[in-house]
Amino acid sequence: MEEKQIVIKELWKIFGKDPKRVLKNDNLGLTKTELKEKTGCVVGLKNINLEINKGEFYILMGLSGSGKSTLLRNIIRLVKPTSGDIVINNKNITKMTNDEILEFRKDTFGMVFQHYGLLPHLTVIDNVAFGLKIKGLSKEERYSKALEVIKTVGLSGWEYNYPGNLSGGMQQRVGIARALANDPDILLMDEPFSGLDPLIKREMQDELVELQDRLKKTIIFVTHDLHEALKLGDRIAILKDGEIVQIGKPEEIVTNPEDSYVKEFVKDASPAKVLTAGCVMEQPDVLIYSWEGPRTALTMLRSSNRKIAFVVNKHKEFLGVVNESALLKIIDNEPSATNIPKEIIKPRAFVHLDTLLEDMFHIMAKEPLPIAVIDENNKFKGKITTDILFENIIPLGGHNE
Amino acid sequence: MSNFPNSFSIPLDKWIDGIMEWLLINLEVFFDFIGFVILNVIVTFENLFLFIPWFIFIPLVGFLGWKFVGKKSIAITFMLMLLLIGSFGYWELSMKTLSLVITSVFFSLLIGIPHGVLMARSDKLESIMKPILDGMQTMPSFVYLIPALMFFGMGKVPAMFATIIYAIPPVIRLTNIGIRTVDKEVIEAALAYGASSKQVLFDVQIPLAKPSIMVGINQTTMMALSMVVIGSMIGAKGLGMEVLLAINRIEVGKGFEAGISIVILAIIIDRITFSFSKKR
Ligand SMILES: Nc1ncnc2c1ncn2[C@@H]1O[C@H](COP(=O)(O)OP(=O)(O)O)[C@@H](O)[C@H]1O
Ligand SMILES: [Mg+2]
Repeated sequence: MEEKQIVIKELWKIFGKDPKRVLKNDNLGLTKTELKEKTGCVVGLKNINLEINKGEFYILMGLSGSGKSTLLRNIIRLVKPTSGDIVINNKNITKMTNDEILEFRKDTFGMVFQHYGLLPHLTVIDNVAFGLKIKGLSKEERYSKALEVIKTVGLSGWEYNYPGNLSGGMQQRVGIARALANDPDILLMDEPFSGLDPLIKREMQDELVELQDRLKKTIIFVTHDLHEALKLGDRIAILKDGEIVQIGKPEEIVTNPEDSYVKEFVKDASPAKVLTAGCVMEQPDVLIYSWEGPRTALTMLRSSNRKIAFVVNKHKEFLGVVNESALLKIIDNEPSATNIPKEIIKPRAFVHLDTLLEDMFHIMAKEPLPIAVIDENNKFKGKITTDILFENIIPLGGHNE
Repeated sequence: MSNFPNSFSIPLDKWIDGIMEWLLINLEVFFDFIGFVILNVIVTFENLFLFIPWFIFIPLVGFLGWKFVGKKSIAITFMLMLLLIGSFGYWELSMKTLSLVITSVFFSLLIGIPHGVLMARSDKLESIMKPILDGMQTMPSFVYLIPALMFFGMGKVPAMFATIIYAIPPVIRLTNIGIRTVDKEVIEAALAYGASSKQVLFDVQIPLAKPSIMVGINQTTMMALSMVVIGSMIGAKGLGMEVLLAINRIEVGKGFEAGISIVILAIIIDRITFSFSKKR
């Protein structure tokens, strides 16, 4: 059972005068526009239910105005929920007083903003140390911790510059460093890379993934960029008009969009960037176990009309391939052999379960033969052929209409 | 028929006089106290400026000009201009005028900045204060002299009182605007890291509103200077009174000298306070 970091139950947020009055039974079923007409209030969030595990990289995705930022701000209570519960680290934050919330924020969250949200009158190091100052740490403690995280984000040497003198990417590194300085359990990121140009964006994404691997923070990441979501997310929640329309792993979202809104979203998703070997592999017709010996192998090959097959050992670890002629030769030369000798097993390319299709092209291009898919213990899991590969890279929107 | 009927009259003048009388009787102690405080601050500044000899004061202003406005040529111009005032024989009166200006700016900021802050934090207060400030700025300046005279009699104190009231709107207005226009995301960031609203005010809003507040201070100072000159009509000694006397005696040359001295003070004060708004 995975540990829950955040549990949100029946969360509603209505903007407008006296929002509680809006939450009556006969209003709950109305759409955003209908409710706006009837009551003058804007629905920010509509009956949100979700759970986020410790260490998870959780994406909130949706069009502009779908409520992503509002949801993120409810979690840190910069926006007060109209009704419902938000439980973080087993504490119900909707029940906290203002002072309790201030303390809770200091210990729990680091937040990163689209336009960085840096203080222009403070140097990089003072910006990074801002949260620590609010916590009441001494200047020495602040600076030693700040220097450490500045190094983590690769900004050493820029400590005493002002944010205004830094490029966008570097400013966002300051933003990330500021969030990490508090050593928070949860990182909240509201479209942190939206304003950056594509190359810098990709670089920052890669670094964030690396950082996440190392620090194992829970990250809630808002984006409207599908590729970013697919690349970074362990799970993705898709919002529409304040409602969650689908929650799932990246490959579930692209292969199984639940409604037309999600479909529209994933339409031009390039599957090669999303689908992994594990998603598309097939089982081979024949799999040869090396200890069964050459004769059995030959029989199996012939019975399925094959000339060549994958070989595994007793632990189902992948060894390579054998072909019919090599088997025949062995049977002639050493009729008593009970094992398939290593010499006749030829090496063959393999990929891991989580290898993206994108990364298989160059393997297939060199040698258009079926390749093996293995897991982290080298166990054989399946095969991928060029046919499978090409079948799966047709844009996803294509076969839904 | 062209005469307005006598029987229809609203005695607003009587009402206001009544209110003023009531205020004078019931709040006498209060006004005495305010007068006492203002007077003491004026005297302190006056003593300070008259204590500093001219040959120290002039280089000091030159240094400020060089340091804040940032050009040697400007510093030298400032010093030459002050020498000119001295050569007219108006050194002492200039220092008196300067201390009146500084006193009124001191009180204007003391009262104005907190009001600007409060106004920025409450939409309701803003909607109440905005028309009042607009009204204050369109009112002819000498109108303030009348109630000031009633509360404090003749002299420096009523002139100061009128000046403070007259000069305060810009600093309130620009403090309000400065704080309201601080980037919302920056404030959110501070809140997200657990800052209390007091910390947000002092660590984020006020520092970021500083350029705007400085523009307000500059405007308030310039208005204070113009009002101090008018304040001489009710007995505040200084350059303004010289102009007034010159007008009465039809001494065009004297009036001109005093006028130029006022303009010089205005230029120097304006350049130096304006340069503050440009600093980080
Ligand atoms: N303070 C607010 N007052 C009124 N409506 C708001 C406020 N904040 C957000 N909204 C509304 O809530 C909806 C969701 O906004 P937001 O969470 O910012 O969307 P997103 O981040 O997905 O673009 C929008 O319709 C927006 O107009
Ligand atoms: Mg948003």
